[in-house]
Amino acid sequence: MKHKTISLLLMVAMLLVVGGAALAQDSVTLEFSQWWEPELPEGSFRALMDEFEAQNPGITVELISGPYSTTRDQIVAGAATGTMADVVGLDGAWVSDFVKQGALASLTDMMSEAGYDGSELAAQIQLNGATYMIPVVNFVYPVFVNLDLMEAAGIENPPTTRDEFAAAAAALTNPDNNVYGWVLPLSTEQPNGIQNDVMSWVWATGGSMMADGQPNLVGNDEVSSAMEYIKSLWDAGVVAPGAFAMHEQDKVEEFTNGRVGMMVDSLAHINLIRERNPELNFAITALPAAEGYDGPRGLPYASWGIGVAENSEHKAEAWKLVEYLMSADVNSQLSSIAHAFPGNVNSTPDYVESDPLFAAAFEVFQTGTLANEFVGLPVAETLMREFEEPFQLYLDGDMTLDEFLTTAQDAWMAHFE
Amino acid sequence: MLKIRKQLVPFAYLSPTLILLSVLSLIPIATVFYYSLMDNVIITNVPPQFVGLSNYQEILSDQNFIQAFEHTIILALASVIAHFILGLAFAMLLNTKIIGPITKALFRVVYILPWVFTASIIAVLWRLLLNPNGVVNFVLSGIGVANAPIEWLASRQLALPSVIFINIWAGYPFYMVSFLAGLQGISDDLYEAGKIDGAGTVALFRYITLPMLRPIIVSLAMLDFIWTTHQFTLIWMTTGGGPVRASEVLSTFTYKLAFSSYEFSLASTTAMVILALSTVVAFFYVRNQRLANE
Repeated sequence: MKHKTISLLLMVAMLLVVGGAALAQDSVTLEFSQWWEPELPEGSFRALMDEFEAQNPGITVELISGPYSTTRDQIVAGAATGTMADVVGLDGAWVSDFVKQGALASLTDMMSEAGYDGSELAAQIQLNGATYMIPVVNFVYPVFVNLDLMEAAGIENPPTTRDEFAAAAAALTNPDNNVYGWVLPLSTEQPNGIQNDVMSWVWATGGSMMADGQPNLVGNDEVSSAMEYIKSLWDAGVVAPGAFAMHEQDKVEEFTNGRVGMMVDSLAHINLIRERNPELNFAITALPAAEGYDGPRGLPYASWGIGVAENSEHKAEAWKLVEYLMSADVNSQLSSIAHAFPGNVNSTPDYVESDPLFAAAFEVFQTGTLANEFVGLPVAETLMREFEEPFQLYLDGDMTLDEFLTTAQDAWMAHFE
Repeated sequence: MLKIRKQLVPFAYLSPTLILLSVLSLIPIATVFYYSLMDNVIITNVPPQFVGLSNYQEILSDQNFIQAFEHTIILALASVIAHFILGLAFAMLLNTKIIGPITKALFRVVYILPWVFTASIIAVLWRLLLNPNGVVNFVLSGIGVANAPIEWLASRQLALPSVIFINIWAGYPFYMVSFLAGLQGISDDLYEAGKIDGAGTVALFRYITLPMLRPIIVSLAMLDFIWTTHQFTLIWMTTGGGPVRASEVLSTFTYKLAFSSYEFSLASTTAMVILALSTVVAFFYVRNQRLANE
């Protein structure tokens, strides 16, 4: 009897071990490295992952979350050592470099293997004919206007042209009260001011900094006129001081505190501004275009993009997660909590109907075209920095426009040869 | 056999340290040195290629590198000198018998505060203080020194001096604490003997205090020089090496090469140059320590 009991117990134990091992073999843990979770309301992104896990038994998602720059460094290090997370949050500016080193898997192949119809994706970032990043949600960069300051300066409507913007900036500027018309962040540490606050003036008027896939800064009328325009604002003293060491968050802080009348900024910051200064009365408008231009306004944007690591051993499961985030319902939820525009054309974020500011932004989004020529370029951050340095010299009057653009063009060309 | 075993025993005792040293120092250094002699390493699909010393040639003839090197030397020398003067002055102040023990304890806490903060906190703190709308400009305009906001970190002329000032502020407490320990170890008999011989305050300082502190001064100066040449966070988070490379130092230059341009071979080369610079100072430090022990 005793022997029988022991044998039974041993069999049960063996079954448990074997069964457990089989279960463990079937279960997959996906690592998902991104900077999104800390930027969303607490627990909201994890809740989406829990829903995914419930829909896909056997797949667990481990979120590796950190600030934007830390995530980037982690991905660079992971790409170098072949230890990248299975699914990675991407900025369009990084894609070219990671593709060049073979760190990202082709999403085109995964889509065809899974029989996925990509027609409902708003955009796909492609290189050499294959998709490597899908923008999950997009943040456009319109102009934020402080309505109280505008009213005090006697300006009735937000500016729509460059001349109107310059006139408004001059009227808003009052150095004695420490108030300036515009704010321009040009920190070397974060050179994305070149993309969002400088080159956006070129794109708003339908211009381009590229021609046939090559840099086209010299002899480019749209680029020259935008740079001359910014220089005229700089010389007029309407730009808030400290620009050369200013980060994007400093820019938002200046606007939130009512020290700046207008700024080009991401819609992602609307809630932050409201939280920091609930009394601030502000509106959103499209980036002003050059006089006489009536074409579609280019709108700078940044994306929370997604990609799959080439070194991932669970590509099929990784694609399931991508597909889940890009599905109309989930994408609506994510864009709603992120206050961003969806990456799925059939998604509708709920804030568009409930919030007049976002409704205005949505109108700007619908009437304009997304424009960010740095997406997909090699060493995009270096390109911005190499543009920024001679630009600062130009603003300071230590370089002519031609010298500045020639210096930037020469530096850029070294990365395109 | 027994003889060989006996000879191996010391190495067995040393093996944990040797293994740790290899994993944490020797292997990384050897790897970075290897990268500095190659092209197309880490972030590339193209196979690495041996290029000999050409990366060193390229880096050493790069004007931006030379400028960053000069800034690093200026930053390190200015910091070491200012740390020494401030650290010694505060240590002597805290060692004086004129002030009561409670006041001394209070000042100790206040003076040591900068050492307590991490580099990123210090950077954020000084970014706020030196902002054109910050407290420093507010005070300066309040007392009539400045009419317009001074762009401490955004001006090409002021960025490097501002960064040096912040680094000095952040580092002097370490000197102060070390000097204070040294001062407390100097016997009062020496000062009494000096006074009997007719020495004044300056002579006592020159012929007793300074010589007695000499081993600490030399050690601190050399360590501080090495640490300052490696300073990254403080500079990166305040100026990012700008504007227009006005505050670029070797660490920010290397970071941009590695993580912005993905030029890991060139970044490894600059890392080796920084290592060489540190090794020269470390050599003198070790020699000084050995002489002190003898």
